[in-house]
Amino acid sequence: MSARDEVLARVRRAKGPRDPAPVPRDYRAAGTRGPGDLDLFAERLRDYRALVRIVNADQVAETIAAALRDRGARRVVAAPGTPAEWTELSYPAGIFESRVPLGGDPREAEPTGTPDAASGPEVIRIPVDVDTLERTDAVVTACHVAIAETGTIVLDHDAADQGPRALTLVPDYHLVVVRADQVVAGVPDAVAALAGVRTQTWISGGSATSDIELERVEGVHGPRTLEVVIVR
Amino acid sequence: MTFLGMPAGGGNLTGEPFPKAAKNTLANAQMRRNLAKATGTIRTKRANVVAELPDWADLRAAGAAIKDEVLANLDDYLVRFEEALTSRGTHVHWARDADEANRIITGLVQATGTREVIKVKSMATVEIGLNEALADVGVHAVETDLAELIVQLGNDKSSHILVPAIHRNRSEIREVFRREMPGVDPDLTDDPPALAEAAREHLRRKFLTVDVAISGANFGVAETGALVVVESEGNGRMCLTLPRTLISVVGIEKLVPTWQDLEVFLQLLPRSSTGERMNPYTSVWTGPTEGQTSHVVLVDNGRTATLADPDGRAALRCIRCSACLNSCPVYERTGGHAYGSTYPGPIGAVLSPQLTGVDKNPTLPFASSLCGVCYDVCPVAIDIPSMLVHLRERVTESKRTTPESTAMRAMAWAMSDARRWRRLIRLGKFGRVASRHVPLPGWTTARDLPQPPKETFRDWWESR
Ligand code: SF4
Repeated sequence: MSARDEVLARVRRAKGPRDPAPVPRDYRAAGTRGPGDLDLFAERLRDYRALVRIVNADQVAETIAAALRDRGARRVVAAPGTPAEWTELSYPAGIFESRVPLGGDPREAEPTGTPDAASGPEVIRIPVDVDTLERTDAVVTACHVAIAETGTIVLDHDAADQGPRALTLVPDYHLVVVRADQVVAGVPDAVAALAGVRTQTWISGGSATSDIELERVEGVHGPRTLEVVIVR
Repeated sequence: MTFLGMPAGGGNLTGEPFPKAAKNTLANAQMRRNLAKATGTIRTKRANVVAELPDWADLRAAGAAIKDEVLANLDDYLVRFEEALTSRGTHVHWARDADEANRIITGLVQATGTREVIKVKSMATVEIGLNEALADVGVHAVETDLAELIVQLGNDKSSHILVPAIHRNRSEIREVFRREMPGVDPDLTDDPPALAEAAREHLRRKFLTVDVAISGANFGVAETGALVVVESEGNGRMCLTLPRTLISVVGIEKLVPTWQDLEVFLQLLPRSSTGERMNPYTSVWTGPTEGQTSHVVLVDNGRTATLADPDGRAALRCIRCSACLNSCPVYERTGGHAYGSTYPGPIGAVLSPQLTGVDKNPTLPFASSLCGVCYDVCPVAIDIPSMLVHLRERVTESKRTTPESTAMRAMAWAMSDARRWRRLIRLGKFGRVASRHVPLPGWTTARDLPQPPKETFRDWWESR
């Protein structure tokens, strides 16, 4: 008998009655708590020591440019589907942008935008050339949904404005733009919004560890700084 | 003997009898201090974030019921999960026990030609002894979780299911790094951020160059084939994302029926484990992603034996949050090594003997005072105390009650109360007293105490 058949046969012999009690779902369900509270969301993010800026829609580009300037970022990658105007203002500061393709062979990626003449364009090759990402100072993306109660941001890696996984993993600084209408109240609301999304990363603050005396220390392998621009 | 004669699990599930192992750990005052500090911190954090949720009890009831539903129809869910994975291009393998799982995984690794793999923390791989099996075929497994790395570099053993190096404090960790980490700054301080930075530097090249990764999974969604890894450091994301081959080792009990069910577990798990509203990173992937080759190895290794016992199978609900360890007065005093199994603490005391058969772990069901805290904090409401009583009966039936288990019952009772325990430590004669009143091989210098106890430790203590 194959291992598969044998394990399944063991399970059939071992398991209990077919019909256990129905699952009680008396907890706060998706869609019952209204939209997410932006102030709570910002507070939760700050608890994780994320940087937070709350702005109006017409301030996104200047806020991103200011954030990247404050960071001192020279090489910035934006996910390909992010609105072009988000990073336009960044060029005068000497920042260039490469766009990571989705689907097809990543080696065919071409940078878009007008890079700083001195640095020249760079092509991001994922997953072939993570070294390029390793030399990148910052990454800018959108998100799929965010949770106020837990200060969580979720990326859909099949979405063009969020990019493949390595994009938001290797650079040390991640700037993510969250629209107010993407912020939901609780975890069940987010799970509902993520049904059918194949590849996800849930992010709650910068990378951290509690492995030394169970105290939280920020900054291990993921991006050490998370900056969130919340658009009212 | 396992239940209904179902085949037992192997691997790293059995060690020295608890009292004998605990003798060593109890003598280590530094370790006890480290543990008390760490578990004290985490208990407070957990209590605070659990109290924040008005519907915690409802989530807990749902979590328990969802897991019971999975166990009641596990064959169907496994088949569905396999179909979902296969249809997306993931290769599914089945393993009856630890040896078979190791054979499958080492074969897959060898086929890639690599000499090195990077690993996301996975209790299942510790349970089956995968690193040792890989070493036997000349493949080095690099642990990338900070605590696992500390254990690996220190040539140590895991003592906690979430924080395997919980028994080490910062200065001990610094010593391990200075001794064992190639190229580390000799002036490394014991400041936790500096230690984390050292680990980052040490592993960075590995992440970017090693092409095969091995992970576990916290959950597998039967409906969609999605796998979920919950973590903090980003080492999980690195391992899941960058290598071209990903092998995920998944215990057959890890399933949930639907994607929606994660709305329960992604609230229960982070708050119960690290005491956070949410852990820094959770990765979800459904089938091979971004050009990877993806394998899933489904492991039984005694889980069906556990499933066969109606009074013991609820142990398979466990989501490995570690809240029961962090709350347990016996665990806090003996540490995880005393349990001799990959799974220590209260859950280990009920799970390990069921996975291996009680005859292989006859002392563990006695390593508890039945104080009940573990049940109160368990996010999936596993009634560990009742299960311990049941397993004690099974040990008795199998005639494997030993002087050690009897003694352990007394020890655990003494450890369960801080005042009692302090008093005993102050008396400084725990071993001597115990050896006079309970035959306790290994605990004391008195080696031959064949006669049955005249009174139990507890009787003796209460008569004082
Ligand atoms: S038994 Fe319960 S409390 Fe203990 S690790 Fe498992 S889920 Fe957590």
